[in-house]
Amino acid sequence: MTPSTIELTPTPEDRRIARHAAAAIVLTVAEAAIPLPLPGVKPGLANIVTLVVLARWGWREAVWVSLLRVLAGSLLLGQFLAPGFFLSLSGAVASLLVLGIAVRLPKRWFGPVSQSILAAFAHIGAQLVVARLWLVPHDGVFYLLPVFALAAVVFGLVNGLIAARLLRELEARSSKGGAGATGEDVEK
Amino acid sequence: MKRKLGDWWALLRPGDVLVVLAGLMVCGLAVRSLWQGGVPDGAVVRAGGRVVAEVDLGRERLIEVPGPLGVTVIEIQPGRARVASDPGPRQYCVRQGWLTQAGAVAICAPNEVSLSLTGRSANYDSLNY
Repeated sequence: MTPSTIELTPTPEDRRIARHAAAAIVLTVAEAAIPLPLPGVKPGLANIVTLVVLARWGWREAVWVSLLRVLAGSLLLGQFLAPGFFLSLSGAVASLLVLGIAVRLPKRWFGPVSQSILAAFAHIGAQLVVARLWLVPHDGVFYLLPVFALAAVVFGLVNGLIAARLLRELEARSSKGGAGATGEDVEK
Repeated sequence: MKRKLGDWWALLRPGDVLVVLAGLMVCGLAVRSLWQGGVPDGAVVRAGGRVVAEVDLGRERLIEVPGPLGVTVIEIQPGRARVASDPGPRQYCVRQGWLTQAGAVAICAPNEVSLSLTGRSANYDSLNY
């Protein structure tokens, strides 16, 4: 076998992104097994990972993790390039943009719960716009807005609380374990 | 799973509570503006097939409409309207009472007068009793 001429050396950052993205993908796939009453209303558990990454490693890594999750998750679920994929992608992009702003809010007042809910609203907003412009060219899609808005508040709150909780425990662990433990935290 | 609810409550920061409340307000507003089909916002009065008055249901007023038999009186109140009196023999349009839904129509056929309610999002095209 000829040795490969291209040598890719993953940086610790790459490994971290891959690990977090893997955790997010697991949550996406697990969530797909939950039966839901309405198409489009999902808990979005993978966003817990995005929130944790955002708080610990910054916005750029959160973008990587989130987009990788959308891509790989859709491949695993057979949704790649299907309408659902573009809805996920538009939602994810809008959420990330809002998160980029929300993370600058004063930390004393606004925590992961605020970020989670704001991102959830951005998510449904972008999805409704894409659905209206492309999939269902009729104002009827907005009829479901109240349902989606309520889901955004409820699931945004739950995801935000779980993320806040994880962050608290991860911080407690890394301060106990010393400097070396920070890169090795485990999701879930 | 032995954690108390208060433990989760401690994770909320003051601004988070505000964001939750604002989110719920958005839900409420969305329900009010999108799920309120059938609320009328105006009334159209016709005599002999021609529109003689188009009014909003904002304030109270009486409209007198002349027809072949005499004068039909339409009463408008905030959010509703009715035919208060009509010279017709059977009084069907008067006995219909207050119209409260968009699309509702009261027709006084003998005097050729009709009253119909309009709305942005009517549940019915026409509603008669």
